[in-house]
Amino acid sequence: MALSGLQIYKLLPQTNCKECGFPTCLAFAMKLAQKGTELAKCPYVTDETRVALDAAAAPPIRLVTVGTGERAFAVGNETVLFRHEKTFVHQTALLVRVHDDDADLVEAAKLAAGYAVERVGMTLTLDGLVIENRSGAAATFAKAVAAVHEACPGAPLVLKSDDPAAIEGALGVVGAERPLIHAATAANWQAMAALATKHTCPLAIRADSLDGLAELSAQVTGAGVEDLVVDPATQGLRDGLALATLLRRLALKKNLRALGYPIIAFAGREAVEGEAVLATAAIAKYASIVVLDHIDPALFYPLITLRQNIYTDPQKPIQVEPKLYQVGVPTADSPLLITTNFSLTYFSVSGEVESSGKPCWLLVADADGQSVLTSWAAGKFDALKIAKTVKDSGVEQQLSHHKLIIPGHVASLSGECEEELPGWEIMVGPRDAVDIPSYLKTVWSPS
Amino acid sequence: MTLGATGDGGTRTSTVTVGGEATLPFLQFEGAMPLKPAVAAEIVDIYPEDWSPALLAVWGDEARDPAAWAAKAVAAGAELLALKLRGCHPDQGDHGPAEAVAAVKAVLGAVGVPLIVYGPGVADKDNEVLVAVAEATKGERIALANCTDKNYRTIVAGALGNGHVVVGQTPIDVNLAKQLNILISDMGLSLDRVLLDPTTGALGYGIEYSYSVMERLRLAALMGDSMTQQPMICTVGEESWRQKESRSPDGVPPEWGDFATRAVIWEIATAVTLLQSGADIVVLRHPAAIDRVKQAIDELMTGAVPEALAVSSPAV
Ligand code: B12
Ligand code: SF4
Repeated sequence: MALSGLQIYKLLPQTNCKECGFPTCLAFAMKLAQKGTELAKCPYVTDETRVALDAAAAPPIRLVTVGTGERAFAVGNETVLFRHEKTFVHQTALLVRVHDDDADLVEAAKLAAGYAVERVGMTLTLDGLVIENRSGAAATFAKAVAAVHEACPGAPLVLKSDDPAAIEGALGVVGAERPLIHAATAANWQAMAALATKHTCPLAIRADSLDGLAELSAQVTGAGVEDLVVDPATQGLRDGLALATLLRRLALKKNLRALGYPIIAFAGREAVEGEAVLATAAIAKYASIVVLDHIDPALFYPLITLRQNIYTDPQKPIQVEPKLYQVGVPTADSPLLITTNFSLTYFSVSGEVESSGKPCWLLVADADGQSVLTSWAAGKFDALKIAKTVKDSGVEQQLSHHKLIIPGHVASLSGECEEELPGWEIMVGPRDAVDIPSYLKTVWSPS
Repeated sequence: MTLGATGDGGTRTSTVTVGGEATLPFLQFEGAMPLKPAVAAEIVDIYPEDWSPALLAVWGDEARDPAAWAAKAVAAGAELLALKLRGCHPDQGDHGPAEAVAAVKAVLGAVGVPLIVYGPGVADKDNEVLVAVAEATKGERIALANCTDKNYRTIVAGALGNGHVVVGQTPIDVNLAKQLNILISDMGLSLDRVLLDPTTGALGYGIEYSYSVMERLRLAALMGDSMTQQPMICTVGEESWRQKESRSPDGVPPEWGDFATRAVIWEIATAVTLLQSGADIVVLRHPAAIDRVKQAIDELMTGAVPEALAVSSPAV
């Protein structure tokens, strides 16, 4: 948490010698608090002051990177408790756990690491793999890690074992790839901290109480490890929510450095629906890494969607450029549809038009990035706007017909639109984009 | 606030009481959450042909008869029911008040749980049928939905005169919710007879807006703003089952996964997210979701209490 001018002033020599170019130490401190000058301008600051100011400038929740290269992910650095206060910044990493003694290990790892889905014009993926030393044997673990590493190059890894010897063996294989070591506990922290230092890897600490976590954090940072992830070893929904909330609050509101690290949550449950519940709760409330056990796209896709929703900036909806789009290669006889420039709206519609197999003209009106009904209710998508968008686009010259399909939700605008666009026939499309293909098939005709 | 009544004209065998929180959702280590959120099932007075095939398959022929459907929903674990009078919509049957009342009475006769009644969503028809329903069910403490800034006079009057409660709906905005509550209370309906519907966006379709506005409403309520202290209700089923993800078994990318699993998870994830931001009643559509969300609520209410919270942690 940043220091105030007054707090900085207390750390300065308070001699008002003016060498920094400011009339007083207080003036210098005030400017420094606003980041308008640099500490180095004062020749008399002590090392202690420098350390205190550096620490104060560090983010309350440390940014921790797992993996290297293009697929590496960074988590932490959050600054608010509620997304409406500003925004959440580093989205939850979604990982899948595989086991070293599983016959299908490599296949499972490949499925999870290769999963990718298209949504709102973006390609969304999972973030990496947790390899667990379920066998208990160090050799098995090292072999499994090597196999997964080879099959899924570049995928960030978490090495999960309480046995430092097993971790050491695995680090022999992937130590240069910044895997997250999981986990240092009260019993093994010296050895784990030494391994993390040796390979400059991030380290998870696990304890079932906040006291225990704070103590472990002090121990391993004392041993030189800086990039930590905390695992509060939760049992279920209730304690998971309580502990994650407390950890976030302690870091942000009490500036408790010892616990200012990203949180890892294991959501595995026997039933996939139960796992969905735990993972949903963890994404919504404060987990930076969520580990799944089911390798199931029907689980991945909703969770990836939720994460995208929770981590969008509440101040700016994701938008597309308002203009005339072509879906497929439309001709003069192709249908013309109009929608708004809210990304979600645009992609819902363009996706359906595409799957209908019928090339179309898709005209996107500037509605401040709002959905059809929202912008209609806000007066940003009315008959005048629709008419103006049609006229300005020049689409008329491209068409053999004068027909415009408007969203079913704004059916009530059709009369006004016909008035504003003389000579045009306004067709009311279906309410939901899902029904566009059958509409185009059964209702549309250019003549 | 309580829905349903067992005496004085009420014929329910159980009631549902929600609200009373003195903390953010489920943070019982720092404030009371005396009552658990309730799970309602949505049923419709006419056969909802356009519902997702996954829903029509699980409800079967019972979905053709509101009374049978009600019984099946209660057997599936619903703690209360939300009956939508879609048949009164001018385009979907244009049923009049008499048919609306008959549907409501059939449901009340078939089950003992409390009832929320939704009009068809067309202002004039809503008023006409909801008032008739309110009068015909005097004393049952039904929740009349939706009460908006356009029709609140009629709906609130129907609730006042007949011992019912209302669901006040506003479009995802803290101030609009407060304003509607002020209008409702100015008419003399006490605010413990109002449920707040802040408008639900489904997972992938605006859930983040609902989530944040509900958190803001709850924070305002905890700060003492009495016009935001009403329990919140979310129409999770209606929103999440409207989306392509839960309606299309075929013709979607294989990355979406198995249809049946994905569609139910879509509803569950929407419900759990909104419970975390303050929902007191979630209205669901699929029996598997009802079951799973009830389990989640139980676990959030009574699950393991971390040892850590009882000890002298550095800053707890
Ligand atoms: C999220 C949301 C917001 C967000 C905005 C999000 C955004 N970027 O647009 C916020 C919180 C800002 C908001 C604000 C408001 N909102 Co709002 N909002 C919603 C909500 C919950 C979801 C909207 C959404 O994202 N839908 C998803 C997108 C993809 O849907 P869509 O654009 O309609 O597209 C679909 C179809 O229309 C179709 N389609 C789209 N284009 C086309 C084109 C053709 C040709 C065809 C055939 C089909 C088609 O395909 C899509 C997928 O099926 C809805 C309620 C709900 N549950 O739907 C209310 C809702 C739209 N909002 C409403 C209102 C009133 C408002 C406000 C005016 C409230 C106020 N007075 O402050 C403000 C206006 C904003 C302003 N003042 O500038 C009302 C509109 C009422 C009405 N029926 O007219 C709604 C319906 C809520 C309600 N029940 O009262 N809102
Ligand atoms: S140079 Fe340092 S000691 Fe001198 S006035 Fe500036 S801040 Fe104070």
